[in-house]
Amino acid sequence: MSEPLLRVEDLRVEFPTEDGLVHAVDGITYQVYKGRTLGIVGESGSGKTVSSLTTLGLTRRQGARISGRILFEGKDLVTLPEDELRAIRGNDIAMIFQDPLSSLHPLYRVGRQLTEAVRAHRDVSKAQARERAVELLGLVGIPDPSRRVDAYPHEFSGGMRQRAMIAMALANEPKLLIADEPTTALDVTVQAQILALMERLQRELEMAIVIITHDLGVVAEMADDIAVMYAGRIVETASAARVFAFPEHPYTWGLLKSIPRLDAQRGEDLVPIPGTPPSLISPPSGCHFHPRCPYVQPDHARIDPQLQPVPEEPSHHVACLLESGVRKRLWAQLGAGRTPEEALVEVGLPAPPGAPV
Amino acid sequence: MSSTATAAGPLVRVRDLVKHFPITRGIIVQRKIGAVRAVDGVSFELQRGETLGLVGETGCGKTTTAKLIMRLLDATAGEIDFEGTDITRARGARLKAIRREVQMIFQDPFSSLNPRKTIGSIIGEPFAIHGLLPDRDERRREVRRLMETVGLNPEHYNRYPHEFSGGQRQRIGVARALALSPKLLIADEPVSALDVSIQAQVLNLLRDLQRRLGLTIVFIAHDLSVVRHMCDRVAVMYLGKIVEIGPNEAVYEFPRHPYTGALLAAVPVADPSLHGQERRLLSGDVPSPANPPSGCRFHTRCPKAQALCSAQEPGLEDKGSGTLVACHYPLSREEVAQIGVRSAR
Repeated sequence: MSEPLLRVEDLRVEFPTEDGLVHAVDGITYQVYKGRTLGIVGESGSGKTVSSLTTLGLTRRQGARISGRILFEGKDLVTLPEDELRAIRGNDIAMIFQDPLSSLHPLYRVGRQLTEAVRAHRDVSKAQARERAVELLGLVGIPDPSRRVDAYPHEFSGGMRQRAMIAMALANEPKLLIADEPTTALDVTVQAQILALMERLQRELEMAIVIITHDLGVVAEMADDIAVMYAGRIVETASAARVFAFPEHPYTWGLLKSIPRLDAQRGEDLVPIPGTPPSLISPPSGCHFHPRCPYVQPDHARIDPQLQPVPEEPSHHVACLLESGVRKRLWAQLGAGRTPEEALVEVGLPAPPGAPV
Repeated sequence: MSSTATAAGPLVRVRDLVKHFPITRGIIVQRKIGAVRAVDGVSFELQRGETLGLVGETGCGKTTTAKLIMRLLDATAGEIDFEGTDITRARGARLKAIRREVQMIFQDPFSSLNPRKTIGSIIGEPFAIHGLLPDRDERRREVRRLMETVGLNPEHYNRYPHEFSGGQRQRIGVARALALSPKLLIADEPVSALDVSIQAQVLNLLRDLQRRLGLTIVFIAHDLSVVRHMCDRVAVMYLGKIVEIGPNEAVYEFPRHPYTGALLAAVPVADPSLHGQERRLLSGDVPSPANPPSGCRFHTRCPKAQALCSAQEPGLEDKGSGTLVACHYPLSREEVAQIGVRSAR
């Protein structure tokens, strides 16, 4: 494959707080390629949003301590001066946020907010910018755009606001679009429309997309590659097809087994992940997932697993201390409908001491 | 409440339920200039021990329906028969008695618990309101038992809500709802504010409690996969009306209403190999409930709409596949496959 458009290397983001240092992002590495979509999956507090905000330099003012590199077209966005970063933000890299109502200014007409986005990076007249705003609203499927351009955000429905946000993000035909939970606040029907729209625009503009979500259904629809994050780290990364068919990290299994699926047989029991996500101020020792992992072994609280490729597929990386062969056998047992406890017995691993109930 | 009412038969009968919210103009003299028809003629029955799912897009009237059953809102018209008493007209002691039997679990476990009260007093509050278990020790014992029932550590009796995670808070909400041993539980989006890994814990808890305690549950959710997992029957609402209602399998495997089909086709499925499969998506937004379309309310977005659809409103009828559907031209099996319903069989 060609050079990645965006390359994040060993990124760490820490926030000093009164309670201690929050390790929001704890050394993550990933690449995004032109015309492709990376899905970052994780729960709240896994660091998925912070890593993306950092890409746009939006955590700088919050006093974050940032280390590592974020390479975009040869420039390191971590060290880039603010004015150069501003030229990239909203131009080459754009972002869509979860809540369109709080991301649009309530007192300005939608059109004015769009023309502002255009004129911030392009030397065009107001009339030209307005023309572009109408064109953009039409592009994202807002009916009657030449009239709607003069509406206020509150006159739009939730789906239309999200479209307006996408229009704004696309104003300067970015090379990279970061979408943070772009459809979480929307109804399924509108969600399907927005996802279809993003895919169409990606094809037309050859954008790279990073989509951040907790919804495995959404990543399955959108992503070519997936990174699963837990407690500030990437614990598994592979092509979307592999993550869903041959997942190797117990946390990924937990996510896949804890959602009811429309295409599965009904009545299958859900297998929840025990416990709750850990504190990022004092994350667990060793493997961060070990306190919630049903397959934990004694030394897992001591040794910190690194992302390692699985033997047969060098692009599939997993950070787990179990052997790949053991993991495959465990997943096969889970796939056959066994509980984690039964799977442990079948595979011949000792039950963890004080196993989570 | 008296047990003179029939012990058999449905627990709740909802008939022609209507709730209109007036739209007014003027500050001092408020003139009514219209109405939002949030619920506009809804009828269904709740059998004892069943879980009924209410699904539909934002603004379709599912939460309003629930609030009417709770009598948190007064109905504009229609009746809700709860074991022989009409909830919409009950007053005073009668109403208080019904409120003991119907309890609610709310969506947001962060705003639905008083941050200044210990969880012991939060869960014990229903007893105080209804003047039950006046003996302190007895009440404390009962609260601890409830905490155990929902999987909370009874030793945490004196802790405050902020010391608990989202999933645990939702358990506190469930314990409070169960305190008075209600016959009917209304769960309004009980897991949508929770993390994925926590959702399954709460869903399993609710399913387990339903089996153990024989609860009747109205389960409101926008997530159709969750509803399929939890419910025995499903009612699909659109603009204040039920457009299709029936047993879970029938609705998911062979939806007849084009709106049900469109909803099911829109659900993203966690399987990349299905990616690129043909799907038909709905266009446009839900029309305003203040001014709903004539005839069938879905005709403005319906791919199958004909002249009849805008002229005449279809009634809920059995079209021979196990569900009641309000549609002049219900979907065929071929059409269900064409629009890409992932749960179709």
